[in-house]
Amino acid sequence: MRMRGVMALAASAAIVVGACSNNGASTAPSSTAAASAAATAAGSAAASTAASAGPSLPTELGSTQGQTINVLAWPGYVENGSTDKTVDWVTDFQKQTGCTVNAQIFGTSDEAYTLFSTSPEQFDVISASGDASLRLVRGGFVQPVNLDLFKSYPDIFPALKNKPYNTVDGVAYGVPHGRGSNLLMWRTDQVTPAPTTWAQMFDPANGYKVSIYDAPIYIADAAVVLMKTKPELNIKNPYALDDTQFAAAVALLNQQKPAVTQRWVDYLKQMDDFRAGNANVGTTWQIITNLLQGETPPAKVDVIKPTEGATGWSDTWMINSKTKNLACAYAYIDYLTSPEINAKIAEWFGEAPGNSKSCALTAAKDHCDIFHADDDAFWQDVWYWQTPTAECVDGRTDVKCKGFDDWIKAWTEIKG
Amino acid sequence: MTTTAPDLPTPARPSPSVRRRGAAWLHRHSHLRLALILALPLAWLGVAYLGSLVVLFLNAFWTTDPFTSLVVREFTLDNFGQLFTTSVYRTVTIRTVVMATLVTATCILLAYPIAFYMAKVASPRTRSVLAVAVLMPLWASYLIKAYSWRLILSQGGVLDWALKPFGLSGPGFGDAAVWLTFTYLWLPFMILPIFAGLERIPTSLLEASADLGGRGWITFRRVILPLSIPAVVAGSIFTFSLTLGDYIVPGLVSTTQFIGNVIFINVAQDLPLAAAYSLVPLAIMLIYLLVARRLGAFQAL
Repeated sequence: MRMRGVMALAASAAIVVGACSNNGASTAPSSTAAASAAATAAGSAAASTAASAGPSLPTELGSTQGQTINVLAWPGYVENGSTDKTVDWVTDFQKQTGCTVNAQIFGTSDEAYTLFSTSPEQFDVISASGDASLRLVRGGFVQPVNLDLFKSYPDIFPALKNKPYNTVDGVAYGVPHGRGSNLLMWRTDQVTPAPTTWAQMFDPANGYKVSIYDAPIYIADAAVVLMKTKPELNIKNPYALDDTQFAAAVALLNQQKPAVTQRWVDYLKQMDDFRAGNANVGTTWQIITNLLQGETPPAKVDVIKPTEGATGWSDTWMINSKTKNLACAYAYIDYLTSPEINAKIAEWFGEAPGNSKSCALTAAKDHCDIFHADDDAFWQDVWYWQTPTAECVDGRTDVKCKGFDDWIKAWTEIKG
Repeated sequence: MTTTAPDLPTPARPSPSVRRRGAAWLHRHSHLRLALILALPLAWLGVAYLGSLVVLFLNAFWTTDPFTSLVVREFTLDNFGQLFTTSVYRTVTIRTVVMATLVTATCILLAYPIAFYMAKVASPRTRSVLAVAVLMPLWASYLIKAYSWRLILSQGGVLDWALKPFGLSGPGFGDAAVWLTFTYLWLPFMILPIFAGLERIPTSLLEASADLGGRGWITFRRVILPLSIPAVVAGSIFTFSLTLGDYIVPGLVSTTQFIGNVIFINVAQDLPLAAAYSLVPLAIMLIYLLVARRLGAFQAL
């Protein structure tokens, strides 16, 4: 009797809660009603992708007025003037569209993926590198996009379009943003002669204090070195490592370990360690070097892309499959990839823009030349981050490769 | 104490308000009153605390999708198997326990004299000044203190600068830095229980010991120390468990992994493994608390 009473209470509580949340959804301001309807349509489209030939994509987005979007982005991709007053691609957009943009930054693709997947309704838009984008698509966290709704899309470099990390089964899941290469930074006053290869950074005999990126995907950096130093291993793609190749990469990282004084995820921490001299050689991003050189007094650092080639990234702006703010999500992605703004971000972050018209609009006229925006040969030896899978991503079918779960475990073991 | 009030005839009042009648009713039903008072905190403890532990425990038996890293609800004991077969987890566990023991021992050595001085030697005025000095660091955020140790220990930092005239340099980042930072951070948690424990020892006992011919050292060893052991153990529960679970300090002042770091990184990448691994410090703490209970630490809290 008593038990039944408790259950009845619980049931009625559930009904009340359910009613409240229904109520919340249906009282959205009328201006956003169209957009949320579109979002719902897109959401259900994403869910039924597997069943039908092509997803039904949104064709109308409705008004952007009053929508708020939360953007999960790499540091430097969404700047609102708080880092540097002149660096701002949020304020004007908000004025133009009536959208409100909140940004949260992340340090690794794994962090981004965890944030996005564990709170699936929190973020509307994400800048996903190749080692997060496919996981987001497979997990159903992001939705297919209607490329016709982006004014910027026709101007995106063809080399970035329709790639395995942004398009699945012919369905596009976002707009390419730009690409870059991981670089080698060193303290010019402490390290002479200047390093020219990654291999030097992996050899403790050089006496460097090494700062490396703290994520399983860094194993690929060791594989890039092995592609040059141990051709007999026959590594064709640093993300497709069979047992022998993987063991060699892990061994190389273990060899490097005595020299490692710092592993970074937070770029501010790496800056800190280079400033103080706790690290003097390391893997970095152009933006970190730019920020250090821009300090007063400027930190004595320089940066190169080593001779072996490098790992790198090609990023895509993607939209949450559950977003209620589709109009602003589309509008902001279009804004970020537009010629002028994409040029600004590319210069601020230090990468090649995704929009071909951006090259004419950069403050430094040779930016696109320096970053090889349209030089496909340059990108031949830049291995964009991608998620390793048991089916080798280089197309080999005679062996099994190590999947990302193995990479994760190996990374814990390397750190010891 | 708990006998219900006999039903006295209600005093002749026109119409007692609902509130008054409710209060009177509750007064007669003391068990219900207690239940109502405790319901909220107990529900909080049950749902938020024990509930999350149960969820954690369940997660430890699941697995993940190798590609998306999402939790797949398939029963497996693999996670526990890995903890035993992969040497890195053993190494990290041992390292963490050793670090926690070291930090605890150092904290006891530093805290005991301070607490003793505060409790038995200092004038009331000095005592309150010292109490404020011990408590003061607790007003600052844990993160600020951890970061300031990063600055102190950094190459060319404060410590290097201070030691330079003597031809020495600081330990730099590494295990020693972790040990120093933890010792600093948790010291107040050791001083306060020992201080409270020592203060409770009646001065008459010390006088009795002196009357019986006990010199200072004998009195300390035979009277004060045994009586303060529970307080020391109580303090060590704090320092030991806080060190066992921390992952921020090692990340700031070293590149070494401790239990907390491995759990933290795996929460993102392999939640079931993280859940399984987090049962390890839980088990260690359980054993520690059982031993502490035998040593009488809970009477000292």
